[in-house]
Formats: sequence, structure tokens, C-alpha cells
Amino acid sequence: MQKRVTFNNKWLPYLLLAPQIVVTIVFFFWPAGQAIYQSAFIPDPFGLSTQFVGLGNFEFLLSDPYYLSSFGTTAIFSFFVTLISMSFALWLAVMTDRVIKGSGPYRTLLVWPYAVAPAIAGVLWLFMFNPSIGILPWYLAQVGYDWNHTLNGGEAMTLVILAAAWKQISYNFLFFLAGLQSIPRSVIEAAAIDGASFWKRFRTIVFPLLAPTTFFLLVVNVVYAFFETFGVIHTITAGGPQQSTTILVYKVYADGFVGQDLGSSAAQSVILLIIVGLLTVVQFRYIERRVHY
Amino acid sequence: MSGMVEKKGWRRVALHAGIITGIAIVCFPIYVAFVASTVTQGDLVRPPMPLLPGPHLIENYTRAIFQGYGTPVWRMLWNSLVMALGITVGKIAISIVSAYAIVYFRFPFRMFFFWMIFLTLMLPVEVRIVPTYAVAADLSLLNSYTGLILPLIASATATFLFRQLFLTIPDELVEAARIDGAGPIRFFRDILLPMSRTNIAALFVILFIYGWNQYLWPLLITTDADMNTIVMGIKHMLPTGDQTVEWPVIMATALLAMLPPVAVVLFMQRLFVKGLVESEK
Amino acid sequence: MAEIALRDIRKSYGPTEVIHGVSADIADGELIVIVGPSGCGKSTLLRMVAGLETVTAGSIAIGGRVVNDLEPRERDIAMVFQNYALYPHMSVFDNMAYGLKIAGISKSDIAAKVNDAARMLELEPYLARKPRQLSGGQRQRVAMGRAIVRSPSAFLFDEPLSNLDAKLRVQMRLEIKALQRKLGVTSLYVTHDQVEAMTLADRMIVMNEGVAEQIGTPLEVYNNPATTFVAGFIGSPPMNFLDAERLRSVLARQGPNRLDRAVTIGIRPEHVERTTVGNGLLDATVAFIEALGAETLLHLKTDAGETVVVRSANPEETVRPGERIGLKAVPDHLFAYDADGRRVASED
Repeated sequence: MQKRVTFNNKWLPYLLLAPQIVVTIVFFFWPAGQAIYQSAFIPDPFGLSTQFVGLGNFEFLLSDPYYLSSFGTTAIFSFFVTLISMSFALWLAVMTDRVIKGSGPYRTLLVWPYAVAPAIAGVLWLFMFNPSIGILPWYLAQVGYDWNHTLNGGEAMTLVILAAAWKQISYNFLFFLAGLQSIPRSVIEAAAIDGASFWKRFRTIVFPLLAPTTFFLLVVNVVYAFFETFGVIHTITAGGPQQSTTILVYKVYADGFVGQDLGSSAAQSVILLIIVGLLTVVQFRYIERRVHY
Repeated sequence: MSGMVEKKGWRRVALHAGIITGIAIVCFPIYVAFVASTVTQGDLVRPPMPLLPGPHLIENYTRAIFQGYGTPVWRMLWNSLVMALGITVGKIAISIVSAYAIVYFRFPFRMFFFWMIFLTLMLPVEVRIVPTYAVAADLSLLNSYTGLILPLIASATATFLFRQLFLTIPDELVEAARIDGAGPIRFFRDILLPMSRTNIAALFVILFIYGWNQYLWPLLITTDADMNTIVMGIKHMLPTGDQTVEWPVIMATALLAMLPPVAVVLFMQRLFVKGLVESEK
Repeated sequence: MAEIALRDIRKSYGPTEVIHGVSADIADGELIVIVGPSGCGKSTLLRMVAGLETVTAGSIAIGGRVVNDLEPRERDIAMVFQNYALYPHMSVFDNMAYGLKIAGISKSDIAAKVNDAARMLELEPYLARKPRQLSGGQRQRVAMGRAIVRSPSAFLFDEPLSNLDAKLRVQMRLEIKALQRKLGVTSLYVTHDQVEAMTLADRMIVMNEGVAEQIGTPLEVYNNPATTFVAGFIGSPPMNFLDAERLRSVLARQGPNRLDRAVTIGIRPEHVERTTVGNGLLDATVAFIEALGAETLLHLKTDAGETVVVRSANPEETVRPGERIGLKAVPDHLFAYDADGRRVASED
């Protein structure tokens, strides 16, 4: 944790920490405190005074069908984003890993979409699936399917899931590939000598050895789907139609900025804070395990 | 497990074909966007859109860069660059000095500060949107570069990364430096900083992408179109309702928005992978 | 040039005292080796002299000046570390020059001093290289060079040869000794290797569990080990220890009774001689034989189960494992130790 020998200086360490601590207090702890404080009040309709309601905002939220369905939306969204992105990335990584020569260019081609912002990913997919001019709706129309995600909630959800999952493929691919490459060849060869087929080897040896990577990515992807996909949702559907793609993070924004319901937005912030806290704990328990691994 | 033992003939071909299919799927959205940025609006509104690039690349990009929609794209690119560099340099600077303080000094409340920084991991901006916006507004940071940058530069991840790095630097090096007569500032400048070069570079790549791709915060804090960054500014170009928009210009803008971070990844792939893997430790 | 005086040095970490009052006087130009097993406190002692550890109690004076509260750089010392601690991003030249640069010495003076040291250490062709481009021995020399250029009052060496292979270690040992003679700088040298200590030291401090068990020239220490620890630590193979009680009757027959208070009797392997069964101090069975060429080591088991090693100058020993032989001691080379492991002084 610390060095055997340290410098003796009374004020210098505080000075060195000051910038980070000041920014942290002003832009992290103060707002978080505000959120907790505000979550106990409701402003009157004219914004002139506020009234203390204790846990009222939470009670109201937890009985609000829109908020509860937002939980469900987030769960479905996160589940599919994680599933699609991870399985597709694993498939690509397994194939790339099997290529002995020339996997470098393949890797490069698969890695660079990492740099695309979620919001830009949203714009790209929005364009591809634009109901009137998009290329894919046109092909779908040829086989008799009428695509319009601006009206159909299920299609909207599909689209944001695809866009969000697409953006995350590169990341998962890189970690899966690194995980696969760290599996000693001798283990695979031993299994091959034992006569195990490729799928058998994959199922019984590679996949279990890849478990730490998979679990790590699982946590990262859930965090991503929860908190970093705002740009995707905002550009493609803005939470619609009829709130069918309003995930929790989007709802905090929508209620706070669009709806100006500060008490509710603050209460939602507090709930999200608890979720992040839990996810961080999970992540850290896992990292701890990885250290002892 | 590279190689997976033997594989010959058609299986090899199938393998490469599989990967190329995967790559095609991954790259398809970007290819479509690229094609759309080289044709005319007329080509797009009569579906299906062409699948081969057209001759209007220069025209569309020139229009995007110098006209855009309201705000020319060059202005938004500039704003994005300032924000991305500001966040990157800011994060690295404040993280490296705070990690230095935590690792190389012993002082009251050291662990308290450490946990304080640690806790920020649990407070992404998405979670505390409204109150953070209120703080920025109170400090009159709206529509300013300071407002775009400052609230985003606290970083537990970078601090931990540097802390980790410092802990691997042998104790004897500090001792040798102290015997050579170096004080804390000299040691930091002459020894620690040059020894952290590669890690700083790797972190730079990752943070630049992070900074460039910010969306929600710029969306809240910039109401003045001249302060829009490109990643969020493109949202204002998108149609609301049935309004017609010039898709070739929008797609050109989208490609311009992804160009700088993609270039960083491609040209600094080794540092990028290093940074990515390490910042997740 | 300076003498170093250690006065009842103590070091505690929290409630645990790890150095229990060490005193020593190191003369100007002397090379003192602090030797002991790992964890005995020898490095801590050295680091206290360097100023890298605080002194809990006692005083350290370098050149007559008490340095307890001075920063390392104010103590006018130079240190060579076990892992060399070279700055990896600096060239050999810059590594050696760094301390001088901080001291604000002019560029031309720095160049002159570094070049002198480089010449002395045969490092001239490597001045532009980075440490990672050097061999272990060369890095070791750079570490020495960094110490030399500052012309300090004292050199402090912290196991400087431990990271080298055996052959290089012997060579560097001689070089360090020659260099120290030539420069005449007071030196404190820490090692766990008793051979290194014996060959290098003007005087050595044998440490165990935070206590200086004996201070003296290598031969003094070897010939008159003050405690069973010293006797067992210095010398290879180590001294044989036998239970005094069982030998008392035999010893009483042989001469004066200064062994009365002895609990343990020590005999060095070279001071045990063979004799016929029943005629020596005791009888033992040959367990195995190590023929080393110039000499032969006989490993024996006494009837009480003690191991005895005999160093025989005869390269062609005729005994066979399983054979029973008698053992006697070369007169006046029996060491008697009391229950605390201290040497029982001969009484008249």
C-alpha cells in the first residue's frame, strides 16, 4: 500500500491532493448530497418554496407504474445488450484466436469501433433503420415486414439494443481475445491429444478457463448498459415511443430536465446511486478474487 | 490457445470467411454512413440507397465543415478537441499528483482522502445529473470550456492506475534519489514522471476517447450552439418528426465526429490496448 | 574522510524493538562489514546511518558530527544498493551525474568527475547507454561510480553483490576491496555472506536478532567466536557443537577444569582428528563422505545423535560409510559456551 521510505513534508501532500479533492467535493460529493437532500422535498408548482416530504418521493416513485416499468425496460435492455455483445465478441475472438498468421489486421479491423461514441453509434443505426429512407427497413419491406420503430415499442427497443451492443463489441472482443491468448497452449494440446473435439475442448477447457474474463466483462457490460448508453437512447428514440425505451438513467434526465420534477429526479438519483454502489461492490469483490487467483 | 492444433484446407477457408463476415457485420453501419456521405440527398430519399460510394464526398464534407446546421462542424470539432484535451490533460495531471501524495507521503487523513477519491467511482455524472448541473450553473460555468472540462476531470481510475504503477517502482530508487539529494519535487520531476511516460501515453489515448465521446454533460451545459461539441451537436441536426434533413451532411458529420478518436485508436493501437487493459485492473 | 561512531543505537517499529543497542567505532578509512542472517537488523542499521530510517535512540556521528536529524544528502555519504537502484530512464553518465547536478556543481566539473570515475571503473565505453543495456556486473560498477563521484566521507554498501552470479561476485569483491583501499574512504558494508565478510572486512560486526554479537577482525572472530551464534555463523562448514555434560568426564581426565560451567562444547571441523575407537573424546559412525578434491569432509553421527563434521586434509580418505571411528580434538581448540551461548572465559 505504501512505500518503505517516504518524504517528510507537512503541507506538500495536501497541496498535491488539493486539485483532485476540490473537484471531487464540488462536483461529486456536493451534488450527491444535494440529490439526497432534495429527494426529501417537493417544490410547489411555482417553484417558490419546497415542502418536506421525507420518503414521500420514494414512496411515490415506487408506486409509479412508469418508474417501475422503467426498471423492467432497463433490465431487458441490459440483458440483451450484454448477451448480444458478449456472445458475438466471443465468437469473433475464438475465430481470430484460431488464426495463426494475419490475426493482427483482423484485430485492428474489429477494435476501432471502440472509439465511436455511443451517441454517434445511435446516429448510424438510426440512419440505417430510418423508416422512410433507411436501408434495412427497405429490405425488410421486401420480405413483407413493415418496420417503424418510431411507432412500435418493440422495434424501438430492438434498435437501441442493437446499437448499444454493437458499440460494445470491440471492447468485449479485445478482452476475450486477451483471455484466450493467455490460456497456455499446452493445455489445449493435451486435450487435443486426449482426442477432444474442438467444441468439446471449448466447452470443457477453454470456457472454464475464460470464466474470470467472462465474469469481469459481465459486470462491465451491465454497468455500460445502465449508465453509458444515454447517448444511444437519446439520439435514437428519446425514450419513446410511449416510454418503451426509457431506461433508468434516461428517466432521471427526462424527469429532471424535461419534466422539471426535481424531487422525483433527485429520488431517482439516490436509487441509481445505490445501484452503482452495489455494482461497484460486486466489481471489487471480483477484482479481489482475481488478485488471489 | 492460438492455432488450436491442426486445421487444413476448407476449414481454414471457412475460418477466414467467418471472421470476414464478422468484420463485415461490425463495419457495416460505418460503411453505410460513409456511402451516405458521398451521395446526394436525392439518392437517399428514393430507397434503397446505393451501396457504393458516390462522387459527392468533397461537396458534402465541405458543406458540413463550413456550414453544418447553424453551427459549422469545424467549430464543433474545435470545441470537442478543447474539451477532450482538457479532460485528458486535467485528469492525468490531478491524478498523478494525488497518487504521488498518497503513495510517497505519510500524513494525517491519507486514507480518508484515498477513500474519498475511491468513492467517486460510484458517482457517474449520469447519476447526479440535476444537482451537478445546478452546481455548474451556480458557478457560472454554463457555455464555457471550464464548464465542459472541470467537472469531468476527477478520476479515481487514473489515480489508482498511477498508484499501482508507483507501487511497482522499487523503494531503492527513492532512497537513491534521496541520497543523491533530490527532494520530493525533484524526485517527481526527474525520476517518477519520466518513468511513467508509457503509462501516461496509454492513459492519454483512453482518456482522449473518453473525453471526445462525452455526450450528456455537454448536452446539459452548452445551450449556446457555438459551444456545442460535435458528438452532442449532431443531435440537433437529426430530424424531429417528419421534417426533412440532409442526410449526406449528417452522415459526413457523423464520420467527422468519429474520425479523431478512431485515428487515435488505429495509430496508437499498442498504447490503446495497454491503456484499456490497465485502466480496468 | 571520517570516522563513524555508533552509540547504543536502537530502533523500534511501534512497540517492537528490532535493534537493541548497537555501539561501534569505525576508524577513518576502515572497511567494516556487518554480517548476519536475514532479519538480524544489519540493513536497518545501515539504513539508519544513511538517514533512510529514523533512529529511535542512541546517536550516530559521522566525522564527529551527530547526524541523527540530518537528511541523507546532508550526511555526506554515498550508498550502493543491492538492486543497484539505477535510474532506468537515464544514461550511465546521467546516473552518475545526478547527485552532482542537484548539488549545483558546474557542468564541466561534473563531466570531469564522472569521466574520472568511469575510467577507474572501466565504464568509459558505456557512458551513453541505459542501465538495461548493461550486464549485471556493469550495472554494479555504475552503482559504485555513482557513489564515487560524490567523494563522500563514507560509503555504505547494502548487499551490493547479492544479485551477481558466483563467479562475478568473487571478482567484484576483490575490485571493491581494491577500490576502497585506493580511495581510503570509510566504508560500512552489509552482507549475509560470511565468506564475503571474511575476505573484505578490516573488522566485522556479527549481528543476530538486533544485537552485535561480536566486533573484531575476521581472524579474531574466527579464532575466538564470542558466542555459539558467531561460532556457528562464521566458518564453513560450521563449528560442531557437542553436549558438554557427556564429555565432562573425558575432558576432566585431559586437563584443567575450565569447562566446568560449559553447557556446549564447540570444535571447528579442522580441529577434530581421527583416532581409534575408544581413545578419543567420543566415538562416532561415518554417515557420508564429501571428497572436495583438496580436502575431504567426513560427516559423522555420534551415539547421542549429534552430527559432527571433520575436515580432513587427506584427499584420499580410506574410511567407509558405516565405519566407527574415534574422534579427538586438537588441544586448545575447544570452545566452551554457557547456557546463554556465551563463551566461558578461561579461569585461572
